Amino acid sequence: MPEVTETHLPGVGVRHEFTTGRGDRVSVLVFRTGRREVALYDPHDPDAASAVLHLDEDDARTLTDLLGGNPVTEAVAGMQQIEGVVLDWIPVTASSSLAGVSIADGQIRTRTGASVVAIVRTDSTLPAPEPTEVLRAGDTVVAVGTVEGLRAMRQLLSG
Amino acid sequence: MNLLAAGSAEVAEAFVEIGTVALVLAVLARVATWLRITAIPLFLLGGLVVGEGQLIPLDVSDSYITLTGEIGVLLLLLALGLEYTAEELQTGLRTGARTGLLDALANFTPGFAIGLLLGWEPIAALLLGGVSWVSSSGVAAKVLSDLDRLGNRETPSILNLLVIEDLAMAAYLPIVAALVAGSDASTTVKNVAIALAVVVLILGLAMRWGRHLSSLLAGSTDESLLLSVFGVTLLVGGLAQELQVSAAIGAFLVGIAVSGPVQQRASALLTPLRDLFAAMFFFHFAFAIDPSDVVRSLLPAVALVLFTVPGKLLVGWAGARRIGVAVPGRIRAGTALIARGEFSVVIAALGATLADGSELAALAAGYVLLTVVIGPIAARVDARRLAARIAPRPQPAPT
Repeated sequence: MPEVTETHLPGVGVRHEFTTGRGDRVSVLVFRTGRREVALYDPHDPDAASAVLHLDEDDARTLTDLLGGNPVTEAVAGMQQIEGVVLDWIPVTASSSLAGVSIADGQIRTRTGASVVAIVRTDSTLPAPEPTEVLRAGDTVVAVGTVEGLRAMRQLLSG
Repeated sequence: MNLLAAGSAEVAEAFVEIGTVALVLAVLARVATWLRITAIPLFLLGGLVVGEGQLIPLDVSDSYITLTGEIGVLLLLLALGLEYTAEELQTGLRTGARTGLLDALANFTPGFAIGLLLGWEPIAALLLGGVSWVSSSGVAAKVLSDLDRLGNRETPSILNLLVIEDLAMAAYLPIVAALVAGSDASTTVKNVAIALAVVVLILGLAMRWGRHLSSLLAGSTDESLLLSVFGVTLLVGGLAQELQVSAAIGAFLVGIAVSGPVQQRASALLTPLRDLFAAMFFFHFAFAIDPSDVVRSLLPAVALVLFTVPGKLLVGWAGARRIGVAVPGRIRAGTALIARGEFSVVIAALGATLADGSELAALAAGYVLLTVVIGPIAARVDARRLAARIAPRPQPAPT
């Protein structure tokens, strides 16, 4: 996840800002009143917002639903309530030794103690993938396990 | 008193006059929305036209309008005090003190100097310095949100400067109010000492007990919260006035003292009340000014504009530069600060009892009207094109 910087605007609210993967700068201004403004910045004048979307609280909720309305997201949100079980999203990088290797061949469960419960791809999501499923660079793996297990898996997949 | 029984001709006449004034102000507020400016300059113009010029004489209701205007100042300053949380004030002081100092030097000095050059007593000149010093947070906020600039990188520097000015006023207002009230050197010194002691006392109480006050108020209904804050404001204002500290400052300090979630609720509840009474205040301020005085003081007002518009541009530039904003953003920051407004009118009104008071009020009215028009227009200038002209540099390569 990209780094999000926070700026306090006295009398107004808080502005959260980050740079997208493609290099666009985006900010979300949360007003004290609950209103939101989403702004994009002008590449020629990076200090100025070139497009601003004004959202009231309902609009913001709708947009959040649309942006995060993936079935896996909801499943994850539900599972995070269980005590002792940790869930994480881990991107598979091209440099990973497991990119292009199936879940079974990579012996992920044996080596890390954590299980792959879903694979998220740009075009589709695979809930409960078969052990023969091959991981590709760019995939995001949803995994369940202990904190240590997930840390080990992150090293394998994103290392 | 029996308002409901028919018979009091004076009350009837006062109602008609106040009702007319309120309706005129309503139309002016509508025009302001249409012109996309704040309503303050139009309220001032309205007061000027109706006032001493005698276009629409208001004889009976003068004392009523005076009282509503007085309450208006209290609510205006209460709202200005409520605008920022205690943490925001502390952070502002930590990060913006240097820019704030530059602001005071660049914008207070011309007003003070012009007051002295006009042959005014030093206290009146001190007040004129205050008039030219403080930007209008109302106009700045409106410009930023109208032009969709709240997300811009230079915006924190603008808001921080407004916070600093707010804080500076907490010290400046009681001092000048005490100076105005003092008749000779020893009472003046005594008054200033009392004023500062009261400010320190109220701020100290606010720091120590403000949380208790706020949590005491937190559980109350809207109705009770509104009445509590309104009551505390008038009470503290009245007590401050008794101690020769202007009532307005008491109200301002109450605004600073109320914090936490109560602050937002109180602020939302009091906004309509403030709009009503503050409109009366601006109207009443200009009502007492002879329009021909404004015309006569136009020359010094323009001179003051010529010094203090560049003054604000400089401060905006410096503040935005400190947080790493490029040239166009620095220009935008300066233009957002040009307009003077509510504080300037309050400061000028403090000097009403001085020998040069009416001249000060006329000059301040002309000055506020000029900057309030120039500011939002300047803010719409294409800063990027201007920046390319004053500091040409190669365009960054598109990524």
